[in-house]
Amino acid sequence: MEPGLATYLALSGVLFTIGCVGVIFKRNAIGMFMCIELMLNAVNLTFVAFSRYYSDTTGQLFVFMVMSVAAAEAAVGLGIIIAFFRNSRSVDVDDASMLRN
Amino acid sequence: MVGNALFFVFAGLAIACAISMVYHRNPLYSAVSLVGVFIALSCIYVTLAAPFIAAVQILIYAGAIMVLVVFVIMLLNLDEDKPLTRLRYLYAIGAGLGVILLAQTFFIFYAVMRAPNVPVAEDQTAGRTIDIGRAMYSEYLLPVEIVGVLLMMAVIGGVILSRKLTQPQLELVVDNEMERRGEDH
Amino acid sequence: MEGVIKTAFPFIVLSVGILLAFQGVLMIVAYTVLAERKVLGWIQGRIGPNRVGPWGVLQPFADLLKFIFKEDLVPDKSTKFIYFLAPMVALIAALMPIVVYPFGPAITSVDWTLLPFGLGEGIRELPLTIARIDVGVLFVLGITSVGVYGIALAGWSSNSKYSLMGGLRSSAQMISYELAMGASVIGVVMLAGTLDLNGIIYAQQQSPFRWYIIPQFVGFIVFLIAAFAETNRVPFDLPEAETELVAGFHTEYSALKFALFFMAEYVNMFTVSVMCTVLFLGGWYVPGLSHLFEVGSIPYALVSHLAFIGKICAFLFFYIWVRGTLPRFRFDQLMNFGWKFLLPVAIANVIVTIVVVYFLNS
Repeated sequence: MEPGLATYLALSGVLFTIGCVGVIFKRNAIGMFMCIELMLNAVNLTFVAFSRYYSDTTGQLFVFMVMSVAAAEAAVGLGIIIAFFRNSRSVDVDDASMLRN
Repeated sequence: MVGNALFFVFAGLAIACAISMVYHRNPLYSAVSLVGVFIALSCIYVTLAAPFIAAVQILIYAGAIMVLVVFVIMLLNLDEDKPLTRLRYLYAIGAGLGVILLAQTFFIFYAVMRAPNVPVAEDQTAGRTIDIGRAMYSEYLLPVEIVGVLLMMAVIGGVILSRKLTQPQLELVVDNEMERRGEDH
Repeated sequence: MEGVIKTAFPFIVLSVGILLAFQGVLMIVAYTVLAERKVLGWIQGRIGPNRVGPWGVLQPFADLLKFIFKEDLVPDKSTKFIYFLAPMVALIAALMPIVVYPFGPAITSVDWTLLPFGLGEGIRELPLTIARIDVGVLFVLGITSVGVYGIALAGWSSNSKYSLMGGLRSSAQMISYELAMGASVIGVVMLAGTLDLNGIIYAQQQSPFRWYIIPQFVGFIVFLIAAFAETNRVPFDLPEAETELVAGFHTEYSALKFALFFMAEYVNMFTVSVMCTVLFLGGWYVPGLSHLFEVGSIPYALVSHLAFIGKICAFLFFYIWVRGTLPRFRFDQLMNFGWKFLLPVAIANVIVTIVVVYFLNS
């Protein structure tokens, strides 16, 4: 069976679903961050699939932007996690509740 | 024919590694599974005739971002995730959300399969490096420059977040904060 | 029957090519180990191993037998899966770039229609590269980035302080010098106009300088220094120096797993030597050879291939020579050098190349 546009979109949707469910189930901040990266990659796959099936370079350009933003987010997000860890010795997001009440 | 079979192999590998990433509670196993997902996705990009994006995916995601994540996991010496003791209803919400999203995915699959088929030109060249380069510097110059500024901001932010203040610098920061709040020492 | 042979033929040709390439590379790597011991011996005023065969030529096989028969220790508290995975990742990431190396010029003088079953129709040339992809340079750089995992995971999973320190230091060093390596390649890619390794060699043929080492001399020096740091060789081998950290990230590995790390280090040396040759020394291109032999004939391809191997061996000898001569950097000196000197020099090289190419083209 030849994989058409629908197959690529279905694969992207399944990966996005797994990422979404992972963000809810995971408790440490790094695990949540990795699930968000998985969701971003699923979206990248959608862009590249559409770029191929409509012969438009815009999709791949946008993937490039998404990758750059993900890299910037990784750098700053992991910096925040490390700074938070220095103060509270835990990366459990339930412990990051100092702004509550 | 071999290309089609290879796509299903890599798609299966991507889904298996993604499920493994969510299942494992040890963050290092999750990170290694995520690297597997990225490599499988890179191979899928090759089947989509996007060699530049495939190579850049390996370079940036598998080779830089995940190395950073693995470093942080090793430096912080993280233990396994413990299962939820309170807010147990989150498991049910997660499962429900998963079911809804999967149903949406299958609906999209069904709808796109029924849509009129757009034939793909065999020699379409939207994925070559030279096409992407030309588009990047002519039509999409503004987004590229903005991304450059964004990366510069990320570098500066990373450096500031991870520096250790010396004692005089620490006293200066505390003094400024006290002044801002309007308190006395 | 004929249909089966016709569909299987490309796979058979590719498999034979892959086997030949891997066999050749592993043989060269095995004899690099021997050459290192002999040349280091001569530099230090002694003879290297000479017992096992005449001049020690069977030494690599003796070493292999020793590694196979040694006792395989596994530390008790290590993370078992990652402990077994790390050397495999290191070796796979080291061996993968072989598929894009341009081993020689394409052979066009053979008449392929003489093959039975009509297999030779439409084939006009035999390329001496296994996979001619559009983005060869990015592929090699990306796969060497993945090689950092082998070292980081090995350092962590051995559950020993020497391994952890060695692994973290080694990975930090490798990712720092990857930047300088990538930046030094940009100048060559701009002059050649393509990321394809074969395309870069053809561009060097057309260029008035013949080899890109002449216009990109600064880039060549930066690439060479970054290559030494990428492969954890002297003067950047603090993470695995015996007097500093026992053996760094591979302290707790023995027998065959250690042999995999050992081979991965030498295959990495081979990889960066090939990249240096292709990008700066014209790969298989020997200026003036087209006057002696006809382009596309088998003798031309053979002599070009031997010249390619000769240039790679010259770089491997240079690696061994530097090991016998220079002292090693301290780790903070190493990181300072990579970030504060080498990366700015590489970026300055890119800027100067941009300006020169722009004014030459307008």
